[in-house]
Amino acid sequence: MQIDLIAVESRRRDPWAAILWVVSLAAISVFFCVLADIVWRGAGQISWSFIVEAPRNAGRAGGIGSIVVSTVLILLVCLATALPLAVGAALFLVEVVSPVHPVSRFVRVSLDTLAAVPSVVFGLFGNAFFCVVLGLGFSILSGGLTLACMILPLLIRTTESSIRSVPQRYRYAAAALGFTKGRTMVRVILPLASPGILVGTLLGLGRAIAETVVLVFTSGYVDRMPSSLLDSGRSLSIHIFDLSMNVPGGEPAAYGTAVMLVCVLLVINGVVLCLAKLWKSRTGLNVATAA
Amino acid sequence: MSSHLALRVTNPGFSLANCILWGAATIAGTLIGLIVFVVLAAAMPALSNVGLERFVTDASWHPTSDQFNLAPLIVGTLLVAAGALALACPISLAAAVFVTFYAPPSIATVYRRLMELFAGVPSVLFGLWGLVVLVPLIAKLSPPGASLLAAILVVTLMVLPTIMLIAATSLSSVPIEHLHGARALGFSRASTIFKVIIPAARSGLAAAAVLGAGRAIGETMAVMMVAGNVVKIPDSIYDPVRTLSANIALEIAYAMDLHRSALFVSALVMIAFVVVVVWALELLTSKAAFQANAD
Amino acid sequence: MPSEAMEIANRLERCDSGVIANAKGHRSSSAIALREPSRLFWCISDLTVSYGEAIALSSVSIDITQGSVTAIIGPSGCGKSSFLCCLNRLTDFIPGCCVSGRILMGPQDILGNGIDDTQLRRKVGLIFQKPNPFPLSIKRNLELPLREHGLHDQHQIDAIIEDTLRAAGLWKEVKDRLKKPAHQLSGGQQQRLCIARALALKPDALLMDEPCSALDPIAAGAIEELVLSLRERYTIVIVTHNLRQARRLGTDVAFFWMQDGAGTLIESGPASQIFDAPRQDLTKMYLQGVLA
Repeated sequence: MQIDLIAVESRRRDPWAAILWVVSLAAISVFFCVLADIVWRGAGQISWSFIVEAPRNAGRAGGIGSIVVSTVLILLVCLATALPLAVGAALFLVEVVSPVHPVSRFVRVSLDTLAAVPSVVFGLFGNAFFCVVLGLGFSILSGGLTLACMILPLLIRTTESSIRSVPQRYRYAAAALGFTKGRTMVRVILPLASPGILVGTLLGLGRAIAETVVLVFTSGYVDRMPSSLLDSGRSLSIHIFDLSMNVPGGEPAAYGTAVMLVCVLLVINGVVLCLAKLWKSRTGLNVATAA
Repeated sequence: MSSHLALRVTNPGFSLANCILWGAATIAGTLIGLIVFVVLAAAMPALSNVGLERFVTDASWHPTSDQFNLAPLIVGTLLVAAGALALACPISLAAAVFVTFYAPPSIATVYRRLMELFAGVPSVLFGLWGLVVLVPLIAKLSPPGASLLAAILVVTLMVLPTIMLIAATSLSSVPIEHLHGARALGFSRASTIFKVIIPAARSGLAAAAVLGAGRAIGETMAVMMVAGNVVKIPDSIYDPVRTLSANIALEIAYAMDLHRSALFVSALVMIAFVVVVVWALELLTSKAAFQANAD
Repeated sequence: MPSEAMEIANRLERCDSGVIANAKGHRSSSAIALREPSRLFWCISDLTVSYGEAIALSSVSIDITQGSVTAIIGPSGCGKSSFLCCLNRLTDFIPGCCVSGRILMGPQDILGNGIDDTQLRRKVGLIFQKPNPFPLSIKRNLELPLREHGLHDQHQIDAIIEDTLRAAGLWKEVKDRLKKPAHQLSGGQQQRLCIARALALKPDALLMDEPCSALDPIAAGAIEELVLSLRERYTIVIVTHNLRQARRLGTDVAFFWMQDGAGTLIESGPASQIFDAPRQDLTKMYLQGVLA
């Protein structure tokens, strides 16, 4: 919300105005410089063959094909696990219990705490639990499952607010028609809340793609094309890390991968913006963007 | 706004849905407990064999030679986080004030969207830029370049968007009547903002800083790539430093038995920091709900 | 246009010298009654306020005498609050608001260029409908504006704080809890605090936008007593829906109404004249309709 204090102020010399403009623009230009640097150095690497070919020579040559596949698989596992859980928990928090019910408060506090846990700790947990205890080893499955734990709070928050924003009158209409609660939720509420849920999912996706540490601990470093979910595989961000830190001369490829990652993020952000706008124009409601 | 329909009548469809939902909620609610339990269990061997005391009194952190002092790592984490916050908070506040009160609406919207975009940029990218651009730059000032300073700068970039966005939301949530009231008393724009609005929003602003602190403490990748990773309390900002999180990430690959367990102990320390952060946040947001504070 | 210029020159003369000569030029529907010579605080001509395309106030002209209490009456939506906000240029902060016309305060047109609006708002205080003390302590609420306008001596500040709280009738009630949050006061007390806050700056005029509408009758009564005590020393313009209040407090009354989709000043004059012998039929009907 923009508060209008601008009005006639330009007539008067406000000493703070100049400072604030300079500082704010300087701040944002640093970010631009970082992104611009990445794009400038890496754009030359991008080509169809880069995206599709397998990496050769520890990644210095060839492309990122297998890495893209591993990343997609990890994200699929993550979403396939997190989304149903998030929808279920959100439906629980909105439809089954009231906000002051002790279970509801317990779940909320747990999720808030979960959201604050640093990714290293998630990584260690994933390693100890999924890789060792459950015996999955370094695998795409472990990585996806641990990521699911990470983005769960975010997904639940956005899903819950989407479900809450479905107007009461639809629930009453369904009840009046004799729908069971379960039916109401599946046939009426979820479809109405789905745009918001979609946006929340994309936000979670963006968050998951950006994660590196967790995957280092759980899905490993292998850069071959994975043949199953139990195979180890590396994600785009791990590839960037490995190439820049561990592989001498790996920088150009690292930058190429970085540009890919930036593009994916831009696309996700753009789609989220468009969907949020569409959602708002249709229903007049804002999508919750968890800070 | 809970939708309690008066349908408490049991029927088969309902109880199936009920079970599923209770199940989902149970998993969601107990996940944090599971995580703490797993980390605690894995840390137990080190805690019982090495003993809590040695984690702060040993000579240094050198697990392969039976040294388990976490202090240099903790100090490293706190220095990086404190430095990043010291830089990020004033700049974020300035940007938040700019976006809410000084920028024309179109520029303000664009600025916000850009910050939302930058908030989602992965740490590896900042790390990459830091490694290739920032570290050589610092090396010119004082070798080796990979240093506390580099870590602070990179983490500042990472937490700045988050703090700024939350601060901007807090500032724009101050009721407009305080603004008009101040203006009607002849306050200038700057006075209105600094003497009335910011004090009124102080809980929200503090919450923003606390959230930023949490992120700064947990930051791993970017720090790992630019901080030099030497286990030693730095003497100057040009010295390399290693943080708790970077330490875990670097050593987990080859850590065995007691060493590995000791890493889980350091994870417990990080969880402890996080708990402090969450409690501070709770305190601040409930204060905000209470509204008025005497000076 | 010579007649207009002459008109303005005459009004300027009146404002400056403070003596009302025979009214030259013609105000279409307002009657400027002859009364004892007194200084005019505001000479307003052709004031028009619009928000984007919509005109809220159309061509209002009125003179406000120094020391008077002018009660502004009329139904909702006919520009009364907009009128008030023009007098201290709070309209500068309303998005899309456009003000034209002339408001002479003394010899200066406050709508013109080069006006120091900060000083203007110090001289003309505004009390809002809903009490809005700052979320600070009672003492800070009063201290802040004083410091803002250049007073830094703590003794003087404390003295002024006590004086204004006494003037607002709050001193006895709050003198032991000056450091407590202002929000802990009741609605009526908060409104009196806001009035005290405005009075602390030693204004020449007070604008009040329905100051009692958010309060219970007893609190409203206290505010009315306060306004009565401020008469003569301050020029007060008070917007009110309550005709009994207008009658009790006002020395002059201005009646606004919606005409052609915009708020217009129908009639203005001394309170006794407006209430007992209104000139316009519309005024008559409004007073009877609401009173009946």
